[in-house]
Amino acid sequence: MPLMSRRGWLAASAIFPAAGALIALRSKAEFSAPVSGREVLRERYFPNVLLTTHEGKQVRFYDDLIEGKAVVINVMFASCNDACPLITANLTRVQELLGDRVGRDLFIYSITIDPEHDTPEILNHYAKSYGVGPGWLFLTGKPDDIELLRQKLGYVDPNPELDQDKRLHSGMLRYGNEPLSQWASCQGGANPEWIAESISWVLPKANGSTG
Amino acid sequence: MYYDVHGNKISKSQWKKMYAAFKNRQEIIRAGLSRRDLARMGLLTAAGYLVAKEGLSVWGQATLSSSSGSGQCASPATIPFTMQLPIMPRKQPIALSSLTGPAPQINPNTAINPVTGIAFEGRTRPHQAPALGFPFPPSVVYQVSQQAGTVVMSPQLPQQTIWGFDGISPGPTYVANYGTPILVRNYNNLPTDNGGFGKASVSTHLHNGHTPSESDGFPCDFFAQSQYYDQYYPNVLAGFNSDHPPAPGQPITQAGDINEAMSTLWYHDHRVDFTSQNVYKGLAGFFLLFNQFDTGNEGTGFRLPTYPDFDIPMMFADRCFDPKTGLLAFDLVNLDGILGDKFLVNGVIQPVLHVHPRRYRFRWLNSGPSRFYQIYITDLNNTGANNQFWQISNDGNLLPTPVQVPAVQLGVAERADVIIDFSQFAGKTIYLENRLEQTNGRGPTGNLLNAGQGNLLLQIVVDLPPFTDTSVDPATAPQFYALPSTNVNPRVTRNFSFDVTSDGQWIINNQFMDCNVVRFQITQNSVENWVLSNPGNRFPQWTHPVHIHFEEHQILSGAPGLSGRGDSNFFFDSSRTSTGVNAARKDVVRILPRKDVTLFFRFRDWFGRYPMHCHNVVHEDHAMMLRWDIVTNGDTNQNP
Repeated sequence: MPLMSRRGWLAASAIFPAAGALIALRSKAEFSAPVSGREVLRERYFPNVLLTTHEGKQVRFYDDLIEGKAVVINVMFASCNDACPLITANLTRVQELLGDRVGRDLFIYSITIDPEHDTPEILNHYAKSYGVGPGWLFLTGKPDDIELLRQKLGYVDPNPELDQDKRLHSGMLRYGNEPLSQWASCQGGANPEWIAESISWVLPKANGSTG
Repeated sequence: MYYDVHGNKISKSQWKKMYAAFKNRQEIIRAGLSRRDLARMGLLTAAGYLVAKEGLSVWGQATLSSSSGSGQCASPATIPFTMQLPIMPRKQPIALSSLTGPAPQINPNTAINPVTGIAFEGRTRPHQAPALGFPFPPSVVYQVSQQAGTVVMSPQLPQQTIWGFDGISPGPTYVANYGTPILVRNYNNLPTDNGGFGKASVSTHLHNGHTPSESDGFPCDFFAQSQYYDQYYPNVLAGFNSDHPPAPGQPITQAGDINEAMSTLWYHDHRVDFTSQNVYKGLAGFFLLFNQFDTGNEGTGFRLPTYPDFDIPMMFADRCFDPKTGLLAFDLVNLDGILGDKFLVNGVIQPVLHVHPRRYRFRWLNSGPSRFYQIYITDLNNTGANNQFWQISNDGNLLPTPVQVPAVQLGVAERADVIIDFSQFAGKTIYLENRLEQTNGRGPTGNLLNAGQGNLLLQIVVDLPPFTDTSVDPATAPQFYALPSTNVNPRVTRNFSFDVTSDGQWIINNQFMDCNVVRFQITQNSVENWVLSNPGNRFPQWTHPVHIHFEEHQILSGAPGLSGRGDSNFFFDSSRTSTGVNAARKDVVRILPRKDVTLFFRFRDWFGRYPMHCHNVVHEDHAMMLRWDIVTNGDTNQNP
């Protein structure tokens, strides 16, 4: 039985190119069993692409970098002259403020969105110039893997023309705790003390809870 | 007709390309496509970037909802108008001795709870009210528990896990009275397992009570699982400790400006960075204020339809559901705004309400997350009809007199009370319909859909028997409250520019959010004018529903009206001074691209910190917000 008047159906067909297919009414039995929050997020946002760190090590994005960890992620590229240096500098200060929790309770990942130019060597040089400490990795990979990652993590613009400028949406940090499925974003340009405080909300406290 | 986000006409094929780019991203996310899949499908350029492909979804599957809402999610199909509109239960007060935990105290209870190892109470600042003469503890006390619950949102979908006040969503409706302060002991009993979104760390805001800061739900006043937070709601009129102090012999609870009485408020989570997730998960409800004029009894006072039988709160929400599991889904990486393709009223998808053929008062609230609504009464058998009705309040403030309108526009968090006389529709079935076209979370296109082509929100069947109607007929021009004068020189005029950086970070006056930064300080009991602007220099552009806590404002100029072209009485240019429903007190103002508004405020009676923020909750979390404080001696920074 159609769900809408014929006029409504025609209008919907005009707007949705895929409307050649019929509406499929699915009974509840057709839904797949619910999966855990962690699994939902892994499928949606964390492809297990192969990346290379600024130290030349090969890693899998989900298996090695995300699973079981609290992380903060940003995107950058080495030749970026406007916002990236400020955000990287902020993260340097965040690393200082969080001290030895970085590399133990928290991992920082900076992913290049210019993988053609940003080789591991270039990223290594970039990291050293900022005085990046252990627990913070700069990452590159094959262009289509990086592109998939960029899409999944939401550093995109839905308008394909605007999306050519990859710097759009690149100023936000994603921070989260993978085992607890707690994820949020904060502004990379904010005060580093505030960034560190925000990240602390997803780090385990002494009594095992988070803030 | 197809439009881009500016409202410029574009060709159908251009629109299809843009839409396909949307869909591609969603398909990829859902499908977990590998690099090889992308290459095989010709979706990658030589350089390895995704190509926008027009045409059918690669999975050849269409799961359309019964009303086209957005290009962002593809929820499973559902059959509308099969579930009754839920009416939320009234929150019941309890005896003081029945409260769980230590007795309420003025200072926060920072003693460590031996069971949990953390403080009993999450509050960090003392209650201000007792020092001004308010009773402590108040005679009316509530206890509420934020906890998980399971609900049915549609017969075609599996049961959903939500987080709600007392485990229901929307939460219970508070019925409060001016002159009777209350205390709400607010427990965080939320689980750690969040199913993929939400954080069990909360701060509850009563939007938009004249509430002292420590009970207002400031975003950084969050508290943890197993803690409680006692919130003192004075339920007092603004001005009680300033420009309308108590008359001789009058208790302070009864003082204040009667013309600033409010009616429809709502409460919801406001936890910094996680507000959108927690509200989406269900943490919201209504809070209604009555007094000697808005009495809840149509035989007395302003004679508004009797509560609860003919006075119905309606919380609109749009949501996305995962096509594979049928479960509520939240896009964690969306920064522009989330558009749901399923339309809920009071927690259920497209319900039905049966009514008597007489006047009803509906209290409409857009709870978000991001969509703008323009709500009409639609008769599908007579789509050409202009079914006007009466708007009687704006953001919970009764208008000076009812205004007859063809529709109501609501940005996120805006409220409107309306009176609809169903005697004209006796025996018929009609709909509340959103006709405002929106294709992404940034803002409406400005285009209005034709009657019947929009989103049908609620089906109303006028088939109950006749029922005596002694409520006031809005056509007789009853007078409600008078608007306070704005003919006052402000102590300072401040300017706020709501913008975005070139790399997508929300900014207000080129600065970022920080709970610990007091952007400016306001002298208690002073007048200020605020100019809020949306420069829109950078494409794309957004419409921002901006909300200021604690005080209602009046819009001196720039109030946006209804979208679309038509009768000049209703379709305002934003340069005009406020007329009609915009000649009102408000607390959320929509700022369109390249527009600005000037607001008149008095900041009175209490001290402390409050925020201003965009109420597109996705913008709010990322973080289009700033903190201001009321102090004894404030500053005059014009561009804080």
